[in-house]
Amino acid sequence: MSHKLNLSCCTSALVELRSFLQSSLKAYGFSEMERHQVTLAVEEVCANLIIHSHACNPNELISLELKDLNKKLAIEITDKGDAFNLLEYEVPELTQVIGEKRKGGIGILLVKKIMDEIEFESKNGENTCRLIKKFPDANRP
Amino acid sequence: MLQLERKKEENKDILRLIGEVDASNSILLDQSMQEILEQGATVLLIDGTELVYISSAGLGVFMSYLDDFSERGIRFAIFGLNEQVNEVFKILGLDRLIAIVPDLSTATRLTHES
Repeated sequence: MSHKLNLSCCTSALVELRSFLQSSLKAYGFSEMERHQVTLAVEEVCANLIIHSHACNPNELISLELKDLNKKLAIEITDKGDAFNLLEYEVPELTQVIGEKRKGGIGILLVKKIMDEIEFESKNGENTCRLIKKFPDANRP
Repeated sequence: MLQLERKKEENKDILRLIGEVDASNSILLDQSMQEILEQGATVLLIDGTELVYISSAGLGVFMSYLDDFSERGIRFAIFGLNEQVNEVFKILGLDRLIAIVPDLSTATRLTHES
């Protein structure tokens, strides 16, 4: 089973992303709470790419593919832009975010707390961020 | 889609968020909060009863005002969050920085006391 989506690089496309994820994630048996959180994590990564790597240029695209890896689900987010490696991104402290009155910086923290694994690779100008969540069954001993 | 509704009850400014807050519309939340503060609010309550989704863009707006609130003695609380949205605040530990309560009456009591 595979689900794919091409997303235009504008923030108004995020609503389309959420509806795609909400329906696709259902097929894998995730609970409502898990679907909500995984949707949020994927949106945070995509919003980052749209705003920071693609400067909200609606002519550029981000590709999404959901892949069933037996005991876990991989959500692959691929783009051709300035590579943003969220594994190397230093997550700010909450107090730092508040003190600096910056309205960003906590999205990646959410991604790191919600997903079980995060992988990133960049080659030939193409960046792939792979967000991995274990299936509900795999959580049981 | 995000809809914002403002109302005033006695000394309380209540801002109701209806729908979803994301990077495309968090500016609207920011503008509403800014307006309410400019008009001299002393108690600001966010009604999250009909908030179905909030991403870091929206959470960041709340966080950017927390220092202002404490410097200016403005009492701030969020009430009525559903289970999923509430969990997002908890994942980040925002529930330790913001008063998040079940309903309007608890929010009212809390902001009267403090």
